[in-house]
Amino acid sequence: MRRLLKSGGALFGLAILGTIVILALLAPWIARFDPIKQNPRQSSRPPSAEHFFGTDRFGRDVWARTVTGGQLSLRTGIVAVAVSMAIGFVPGLVAGYRGGWIDAVIGRLVDIMLAFPGILLSLAIVAALGPGLENVQLAIGISLSPTFVRLVRGAVMATKQNSYVEAARAIGCSDAVVLGRHILANILGPVTVITTVALGWAMLIATSLNFLGMGVHPPIPEWGADLALGRDHMRTAWWISAFPGFFIMFTILAINLVGDGLRDAIDPGLEIR
Amino acid sequence: MLGYVGKRLLQAVPVLIGVSILVFLLIHLIPGDPVLVMLQGSPNVTPEMIAEVRRNLGLDVPLAQQYWSYINRVIRGDLGTSIWTGQPVWREMQGQWLSTFELTVASMTTAVVLGVGLGTLAAVRRGTWVDSIVMGISQLGVSIPLFWSGLILIFVFSLTLGWLPATGVGGWQRLLLPTLALATNYSAVIVRMVRSSLLDVLNQDYIRTARAKGLAPRRVTLRHALRNALIPAITIVGLQFGNLLAGTVVIETVFSRQGLGRLAYTAILAKDFPIVQGVVLVLVLVYVLLNVVVDLSYGLLDPRIRYD
Repeated sequence: MRRLLKSGGALFGLAILGTIVILALLAPWIARFDPIKQNPRQSSRPPSAEHFFGTDRFGRDVWARTVTGGQLSLRTGIVAVAVSMAIGFVPGLVAGYRGGWIDAVIGRLVDIMLAFPGILLSLAIVAALGPGLENVQLAIGISLSPTFVRLVRGAVMATKQNSYVEAARAIGCSDAVVLGRHILANILGPVTVITTVALGWAMLIATSLNFLGMGVHPPIPEWGADLALGRDHMRTAWWISAFPGFFIMFTILAINLVGDGLRDAIDPGLEIR
Repeated sequence: MLGYVGKRLLQAVPVLIGVSILVFLLIHLIPGDPVLVMLQGSPNVTPEMIAEVRRNLGLDVPLAQQYWSYINRVIRGDLGTSIWTGQPVWREMQGQWLSTFELTVASMTTAVVLGVGLGTLAAVRRGTWVDSIVMGISQLGVSIPLFWSGLILIFVFSLTLGWLPATGVGGWQRLLLPTLALATNYSAVIVRMVRSSLLDVLNQDYIRTARAKGLAPRRVTLRHALRNALIPAITIVGLQFGNLLAGTVVIETVFSRQGLGRLAYTAILAKDFPIVQGVVLVLVLVYVLLNVVVDLSYGLLDPRIRYD
């Protein structure tokens, strides 16, 4: 933690991320306007003292929608990463610890999933499951899971070579005890790093899918969807897209800076893909 | 060499078979009856029509048999038929691939030039303000979503300055903004890789020897260091090419540009699954084969690598 706080970038990232999370959590109290209720008489008003970020074409307050939308955007990323960890953690653990044919089979499955570049696998899964926030979270969770499998596998393989693991086996500890007490505790570092980095990826993909209209349904506020809402009015009402856009960018930037700081502090040699 | 090429291609076969199974299974992930989901919203759906679509998609036989006939068709170049236009999928793709190819090649070239150039600059000027600015820009580059960088470029260069058209295909003017949007993002990753790999190489003994011989610093960096630093960078370029291909779905949509990405996007919205499957399969195939080519290129850059 001390090493993390020494990094200027990570500190800057933590400050931005902390501010955005606090704004999202306090949204019900600081939004000042109902983010969903339409007010046609206030349509497309520029930023002012009354409406900090202006209003959209339905007269809804962009500040209220941006801080409220942050809750959903952040939650989508966190849930997607939790899903990918739930899918990828145990296979990674088993592949790394057991090796042999189990490792070979899991390894080939991971290779196949990683052959789908970038957003493509998430997009294909959402295409099949249909639009909707839960499906977006599931799709991103599935598509990021091979990264968890690979990383956990690698970390377990490196840890199981240590003499304290051999000693634990020699005194007759069961596999469950060796894994739970000796290996798990020692792979928490790299897992923390990958979780942070994956959160940035998950948010990038989630906001993209929401921007493409495959996630939340209107009028629910969400950064990617709100940005899409204003894209046809950028000449006359740039603020509708600009504020959600900057919030997405700064959130991902902050997560990446914290991720880099964590990697440098915990495991500088860690390779993530 | 030829043996190695064959071996590397053979290694890609199980992955491609796995990918084909996943792509094939996509249609079975659809909750409920996939035919009814696909025909949702179309007027006058009759039981005969449902049966015909089911037969055309081969969904009226057992799963294993479905995959077998799917893979046989794909190997012959038959990617199926569009539900909505009735045209073969390859014909739908035929009118689109050139535009996507043009965009990806232009973006990759720009990303490599920017990435290698700025990465080298940052490494050579390590610890100075130049390094800080380049790394700051690259950090921002990996953090900015494609759709947002695309919209910023449209806002500045089309809507505000009026220098370039915002949408469509044809001529370098319409290619420039989507290329910049894609290249900014992907060059950022290349910058980081080139910088760190060049910094490693610059500490090697042979670089010290080259400097001790009195060679000009530029010659040491470009002839001796950069060439050796490019191998990890080439791997990243290969991996990034896939991300770039996938990124065309977003960029072609933002810039209303025709192409495979936009075709996939409109097909997803229209629930035209044969097209979605076809585009996804082709993009993954190109990505996997390109990474085989990347593997083979290592030997050209580093003569110590032997194809045994």
